[in-house]
Amino acid sequence: MSITSTSPDRRPDLRPTGSGRWADPLFRAIALAAGVSVLLVLGLMIGSTARDAWPVFEYQGFVSFFTSSEWNAGSSRGEFTGVYGAFAFIYGTLVSSAIAIAIALPLALAISLYINRIAPRRFRQALSYTVELLAAIPSVVYGLWGLLFFSPVVLQPISRVLIGTFGNVPLIGWLFEGPARNVNYFIAGNVLAIMILPIITAIAREVMAQTPEDQIQAAYGMGATDWEVMRRVIVKRSFPGIVGATMLGLGRALGETIAVAMLIGGQQRWGASLFFSGQSMAGHIASTFQDAAPETVDALIAVGVGLFVITVIVNVLARLLVWRIGRVAGDAAL
Amino acid sequence: MRTFTRRAAVLVAASLLVSACGGDSDAGDPTAEAVDESATTTSGDAADGDTDDEAATGGPSGALDGAGATFPTPVFEEWIFEYADNVNPGASINYQSIGSGGGIEQFLAQTVDFGSSERVLAEDDLDLAADERGCAPIEIPVVFGAVTIAYDQPEIDELVLTGDLIADIFERRITMWNDPAIAELNPGLDLPDKEFIPVHRSDGSGTTSVFTKYLDADTDTWTLGEGTEVQWPSGTVGGEGNEGVSAGITQNDGGIGYINQAYALELGLQTASVINSDGNAIRPTLEATSAALSAIDIPDDFRFDILGVGGDGYPIAGTNWIFAWECGYDDETAELLIDFWTWAVENGDDLALELGYAPLADDVKPDVLAAIERVNAQN
Repeated sequence: MSITSTSPDRRPDLRPTGSGRWADPLFRAIALAAGVSVLLVLGLMIGSTARDAWPVFEYQGFVSFFTSSEWNAGSSRGEFTGVYGAFAFIYGTLVSSAIAIAIALPLALAISLYINRIAPRRFRQALSYTVELLAAIPSVVYGLWGLLFFSPVVLQPISRVLIGTFGNVPLIGWLFEGPARNVNYFIAGNVLAIMILPIITAIAREVMAQTPEDQIQAAYGMGATDWEVMRRVIVKRSFPGIVGATMLGLGRALGETIAVAMLIGGQQRWGASLFFSGQSMAGHIASTFQDAAPETVDALIAVGVGLFVITVIVNVLARLLVWRIGRVAGDAAL
Repeated sequence: MRTFTRRAAVLVAASLLVSACGGDSDAGDPTAEAVDESATTTSGDAADGDTDDEAATGGPSGALDGAGATFPTPVFEEWIFEYADNVNPGASINYQSIGSGGGIEQFLAQTVDFGSSERVLAEDDLDLAADERGCAPIEIPVVFGAVTIAYDQPEIDELVLTGDLIADIFERRITMWNDPAIAELNPGLDLPDKEFIPVHRSDGSGTTSVFTKYLDADTDTWTLGEGTEVQWPSGTVGGEGNEGVSAGITQNDGGIGYINQAYALELGLQTASVINSDGNAIRPTLEATSAALSAIDIPDDFRFDILGVGGDGYPIAGTNWIFAWECGYDDETAELLIDFWTWAVENGDDLALELGYAPLADDVKPDVLAAIERVNAQN
């Protein structure tokens, strides 16, 4: 007597059907192919870009490529005649992204707390939709709007006030050195902040909503104020998620292309001031590849590889940070 | 907008005429009559000049693909529209404005029927091209454009600059509007005590190429070399495209930038006069650009630069070439290529001028037309 014959009657809809016999393995194969194809595409991209970029690294020197700020595009085919130092673009990418995070993160946290705890219940859904709507605007529209409206009408007057106020303060004065042009790191950073706001807000709001209600009520029960509950319970519990959200936002800011190219200053130089007109890595690639000679196209691909390296470093750092915070939080919980 | 409306009207009229003619055999049909009526009125509205009688001409049919410089895109598009609508309705011509570098690459890779660029092919590109295709590429100049020095200072009517001063301003050796060297050249002007903010293209661009080629060749003080991008000094500001440059000029008090004549005319920016090699201060007008062209010798292979312009010519101007092959097209494509560009050279001047470009001078046209005829000649 076999085991199967003694098993209780199955419900009819679980009985193996004709299609079930091949549908499972088929789905498994499709899922596997989908999973593998991601790795394959990524591997192909890394492989082919690294192959194209390699001669540039060899010609310019790997270290020199990342640390020199002289970029003089050559116009040759098959040999290298230009000078390719990408530091100015790396600096522009990092500074504009840092400005974006510095503005977007506090704003996103405040919006998330407002939506979760403070806003009247019937407005919450509408409000979070509105924030997410910002993500639907194409980045070229952000660029144009920034160039023709946001920069001259809003940001340039603010820049003048900031430069006037902090420009001569010892220790931080160099960050606020003027004069500011119509497009610079600060302008690009501000528009980037608006562009990454929805992604940070959406995740932070979701994470904060997961805070167990009994912990919140317990805190209130012990006499905590609204502010203390938000700071000590909600934000503290959500910290790893907020770091993750920030890193996603940062990833978008680092890679953002068209809007930054239009707003960062369009100049192959770098300067310490937040109001310097410079260029970012992605922006430089987008701006110049159309008219680039073959050797310069390779150099631009090398910039792309550099951007990839930086993005990977940022992501690894973020993982480490989340892991470390998780551990610390875990210790504290014990 | 106006031309578009006219075109749309012509299109509607043409399609209605076709259907109306089709309906004519059905003489008693009332709908055919109605259509006929409306067709007459519409075409009556649309016929404000030259379009109707050309509509029937016809010519070789087929499709052409071209790619290249962004600088002549407006005039190429108008030519293509006009040609495909009114001269040869069987033709479908597609021009992708992907930049001069891309135009050269696509042409050499033979993925397009013609390329376009603001620079001629490099010597080793010519060899490479001949090896790949088995025959020489033809480089044909079709349209010219000046690069103007634009600014936005309503109180300054007519700024005059020399090439050396332009080099000094864009390399930040002269940083103030009321610099003595500028005041000396502009005695009648009350120059403001403002900083110059030089605005340049941040994207790789033929406009930059023309501008830096002029400064490199015709001035003594320029050090940045020439190319579609150069490393501008700190203190300047870049703009993405013509819009970005014009925003940089108008939004930075004291801004001064170089911009394609066609766009400067369109945007209504103020432009500086530039002193040419004969010492004449020339306003950047289309006539001055044409004068510059008649002043230079154009060699038989059409590989030339517009440099050292004197007389009444405005000194900063560039050429747009198209590239085609002497062999390897199928008959239909070659015929269409020749027909379209012959038409553009013979009949495209008014459209070019309207858009702010300078057409070929009449005495060069026979040579250019002869060059166009060489397309596929070696097949």
